[in-house]
Amino acid sequence: VTILLFLVPLALALGLAALAAFLWSLKVGQFDDLDGAAHRALLDDDLRKPPGGSAPE
Amino acid sequence: MPAHAAKQPTEPEVLLGFGLAAAAALFLFAVARAEDQAFAFHMTLLAAASVGGIFLIANRYISRPAAIPQEIAGKPNYSYGPIKFAALAAMVWGIAGFLVGVIIASQLAFPALNFDLPWTNFGRLRPLHTSAVIFAFGGNVLIATSFYVVQRTCRARLAGELAPWFVVLGYNLFIVIAGTGYLLGVTQSKEYAEPEWYADLFLTVVWVVYLVVFLATIWKRKEPHIFVANWFYLAFIVTIAVLHLGNNAALPVSPFGSRSYVVWAGVQDAMIQWWYGHNAVGFFLTAGFLAIMYYFVPKRAERPIYSYRLSIIHFWALVFLYIWAGPHHLHYTALPDWAQTLGMTFSVMLWMPSWGGMINGLMTLSGAWDKLRTDPVLRMMVVSLAFYGMSTFEGPLMSIRAVNSLSHYTDWTIGHVHSGALGWVGYVSFGALYCLIPWIYDRKLYSLRLVDWHFWVSTLGIVLYVSAMWVSGILQGLMWRAYNALGFLEYSFIESAEAMHPFYVIRALGGLLFLAGALIMAFNIWMTVRSPAVAPETQGRAAPAAA
Repeated sequence: VTILLFLVPLALALGLAALAAFLWSLKVGQFDDLDGAAHRALLDDDLRKPPGGSAPE
Repeated sequence: MPAHAAKQPTEPEVLLGFGLAAAAALFLFAVARAEDQAFAFHMTLLAAASVGGIFLIANRYISRPAAIPQEIAGKPNYSYGPIKFAALAAMVWGIAGFLVGVIIASQLAFPALNFDLPWTNFGRLRPLHTSAVIFAFGGNVLIATSFYVVQRTCRARLAGELAPWFVVLGYNLFIVIAGTGYLLGVTQSKEYAEPEWYADLFLTVVWVVYLVVFLATIWKRKEPHIFVANWFYLAFIVTIAVLHLGNNAALPVSPFGSRSYVVWAGVQDAMIQWWYGHNAVGFFLTAGFLAIMYYFVPKRAERPIYSYRLSIIHFWALVFLYIWAGPHHLHYTALPDWAQTLGMTFSVMLWMPSWGGMINGLMTLSGAWDKLRTDPVLRMMVVSLAFYGMSTFEGPLMSIRAVNSLSHYTDWTIGHVHSGALGWVGYVSFGALYCLIPWIYDRKLYSLRLVDWHFWVSTLGIVLYVSAMWVSGILQGLMWRAYNALGFLEYSFIESAEAMHPFYVIRALGGLLFLAGALIMAFNIWMTVRSPAVAPETQGRAAPAAA
């Protein structure tokens, strides 16, 4: 089936790309401080709007 | 930065302005040469939108300051304009999509409601419903939340000034072209990929810009860690790009006409269609909305994710396992058996990451379950996780060939899809919008009591919808496979169609309740946006008491 000759390699290529992304994230230390990462996502650094004008959008 | 720097048009403003002028000329040329009315109409729409775009760029140039700072006093100057547009567009498209859903559900119960008109018949309205709820409602929710989450978790302003606007406005223009096309009979007849070649090309441009904006924002992040939700969003954007290009390969009959021939044919086309179709479920309706879950549930509960480690395993497991589930849509067809078995196997394997993710989301509430009593927004998101668990249990079950022989082509499939669509995607989106809109507008949500009403009315609707389809689907499947003593079919097809009638009425009623809930929400959001601004509160507080 010809379409499978296209889709199977494509699926493998996508999987390999994902694997590369995973190895990269491992190498640069993305997963070194998981608890800190989970907590930092909850922190906010809101800009207080300056009086008399809003931040540009 | 000097305080009185002279205002200059930026390079993107000039380039996009001239680009849109050239595009407008090209589209007008296409109008003049158009070979059918629908194509002429769509090219007119695109030309008008290009001119409108030039006007918007000029208008923005006049009203903007000389330079837009990336940070103010050391804090990121987040960009909320495109998010506001997408969030409100999601609300509007949601109502439209749910309404069309109620109409087509009623048509199935009472066929006279087709009115014998081409524009109102089920065949044209059905893709209008599916595209409106999945791509218009869901897509806008994904774009709005992804632009918000990526900025917040990267602590950096969204990359580009015009590009995010191009994504949001371009995407919604694509929706208008697709939707009006369906009503006019323009379709390439591929489920969930009905828009014709020119709409597909336009969406490709918009989507590539979306990917670039998202990646560039991650690239300039101030926070070294890339939050797990961003990975989910990234997988969603990249995979949808690949799926869209693969499934929409088509040869236009003429460069000035709305018709095309799909490159693939027969079982080849069926295979790539369901490779697309199921991965759209996996990466549009699952990965994207899981990103929402992983940001908004912890924020709303004011607790970190139960296990951040598990969320990372969830992501990589989903990415590696999902892509080959599609062939379970083609059991007992001309597709080779090994490919069907492969699809079934991968579908069953998905039980693990799906349930891991669901449990992770639910357990985030541990120690804060009392919030479910007081905060209906959080309750909505938690129930969405319950529906996620339910439909990701049901899905692999239905992908097993023996179960599929009963369930396939029946209403069970419709019930399964809607427990995922209304329960999971719908509720997690509503929850996210109830959080997001007050945050980006610096408003207090108008009424939590109305959220409570929304929750109960639409939950009742979902229960009616899903249980009606379960019963009718299994009834249908059993009637179709019933033989009499002589080996003849026990029932004619029309007898099974007749037996569906009461369930179709119940389903329409369920849909009506879901729509009613969404209308309550729209009123609540409208009143929220119209209310006076309050000082930006820390996010996540359900209802900050007035000082």
